Amino acid sequence: MIQVENLHKKFGKNPVLTGLDLNIHAGSIFAVLGPNGSGKTTLIKTVLGMVIPDKGIISVMDSPVKNQWKYRQQINYLPQIANFPGNLKVLELIEMIKDIRQMPSDEAQLIARFGLEPFLDKKLSNLSGGTKQKVNIVLAFMFNCPLIILDEPTNGLDPLALIRLKELIFEEKAKGKTFLITSHIMQFVEEVSDEVVYLLEGKIYFKGSINDLKVKTKQTNFEHAIAAISTY
Amino acid sequence: MIKILKYSFYDLMRSRWSYVYFLFYLLLGFVLLFLNNELSKAVITLMNVIIVLVPLIGTIFGVMYFYNSKEFTELLLAQPIKRSSIFFGQYLGVAGSLTMSLVLGLGIPFALYGLFESNAIWDFSLLLITGAFLTMIFSGLAFNIALSNENKIKGFGYAVLSWLFLAVIYDGLFLMSLIVFEQYPLDNFSLMATMFNPIDLSRTLILLKLDISALLGYTGAIFKQFFGTNLGVVISLIMLSLWTLIPVWRLGYKSKRKDF
Repeated sequence: MIQVENLHKKFGKNPVLTGLDLNIHAGSIFAVLGPNGSGKTTLIKTVLGMVIPDKGIISVMDSPVKNQWKYRQQINYLPQIANFPGNLKVLELIEMIKDIRQMPSDEAQLIARFGLEPFLDKKLSNLSGGTKQKVNIVLAFMFNCPLIILDEPTNGLDPLALIRLKELIFEEKAKGKTFLITSHIMQFVEEVSDEVVYLLEGKIYFKGSINDLKVKTKQTNFEHAIAAISTY
Repeated sequence: MIKILKYSFYDLMRSRWSYVYFLFYLLLGFVLLFLNNELSKAVITLMNVIIVLVPLIGTIFGVMYFYNSKEFTELLLAQPIKRSSIFFGQYLGVAGSLTMSLVLGLGIPFALYGLFESNAIWDFSLLLITGAFLTMIFSGLAFNIALSNENKIKGFGYAVLSWLFLAVIYDGLFLMSLIVFEQYPLDNFSLMATMFNPIDLSRTLILLKLDISALLGYTGAIFKQFFGTNLGVVISLIMLSLWTLIPVWRLGYKSKRKDF
C-alpha cells in the first residue's frame, strides 16, 4: 500500500527524518507512535505530498508520489489540527469538499452518527474544538477510499464520540481499508491497531505487533512498554 | 483551478472589504464628475488616485487574503488538486474581485454621466486596463512575498515596503539620478527606468494617451516619440504583462517546493 525508502527531511538545520524505511501493506491498521517531535506528522505529510522530502522515494499503491496529485483521490486524511475557513458553515464546507473531490459520499450517515445535525448551519469559527474535530472526522470518512490517514483522531472528542469513532474505524477496516493512525492515547492505540511503528530520532525504532513489543520490553502493560522502548 | 477560483471569489464577494472598495470607487467617481463637470478632466484626477491607490490595495489585500486563507489552503493541499491550481486559483480570485470592484465602481458613474457618447472613452478604458494590470501585478507580488514569509508581520512589512519603493522611493531615486547625471544623455536611461517600474510605466502610458506629455518635463518629447507610436504602446503593454507573468510564474515555482 505504502512504501517509503530512505526518507530524509530537514526543517532548517533540524533533521526530522533520517533515512526512514517503511512498508505498509493493505488491509490493516497501523499506528505510528513516537515522542513529541519524532516526525510522525512529517511522515504523514510527506506521504500526502504536503511536505516535500529532501531525499527518498515514497510510493502509494505502487506508484511514486513525487510531483503527483491524482493519487490523493485514494486517500482520506484527517489533519491534526482542525483548521477550517472560519466564515464557512459546516454544510457549506462539506458541499465544497464534495464539489472538489467529485466522488460519491455518504456524509448523512456520519452526521447522524456524531450528532452534528444542530451544527450544520453554524459557522465553523463558532464551533467548539470537539465539534470541529467531529466535522473533521465526517470529512475524512465520507468518501470511500482504500487508504485512511488519521493524525491524532481522538483530539478533543467526548467519550461517546470516541466510541463512535472506534466503531467507525472497525467498520471501515472490515471493508478492507488500510489505516495509518498517530495518537498519544495508548489505550486507543491498543484497542484499534494491528501493528505499531515506533519512530525515534527520525528512524523506525520498532515495527511489529503490540504483543511483540510487550515481549521485547518485558512489560505486561502497553503504555509501560512504549515508555520502556526508548530506553531499551 | 476554476473551482478554487470560484470559492476564493465567492469568499471575497461575501467579505465586507470588497464592498467597501467598490463603494469607495463609486463615490470617488461621482464626486470627481460632480467637481470637474467634465469627463476628460475627471479622468486625469482619477489617474493620480488610481496609480497610487490600486497598487496599495492590491498589495494589502493580497497579503491579507493569503495569510487569512491559510486554513483553506491546508485543507485543499490534502485534496486531489494540483498545488499550482490552488495558488493560481486563489490569486485569480483576489485579483479578479479587486478588478471587478474597480471596473464596476468607476464604470457605473462614468457610464451614467454619458461616457459612451464622449470621446474620453478610450482614455477611460486605458485607465481601467492599466488599473487592472496594476491590481494583477501588485496582488501577484504580495502573494509571492506572503508565500516566502511564514511570519505575517514580516510579510506584511515587506509587502508595504515594496509598494512604497515602487510608488514613492523609485521616483525619488530616478529624479535624483537625472539631476546628478544631467550632463549626460539620459533619454535611454529614463526610458528604461520607466519600463522597470509598473507604476511609472502606467502613469507615462496614460499621460501620453491623454496628450499632456508636457507634464513629463524635458524627457517628454522622447517619451512621446516612443510611447506615442503603436510600437511604444505595444512594448508598454508587453512590459506590463511581463510584470504580471513573472510573479505568477514564481508563485507556481515556489509553491511546488514549499512544505505545509
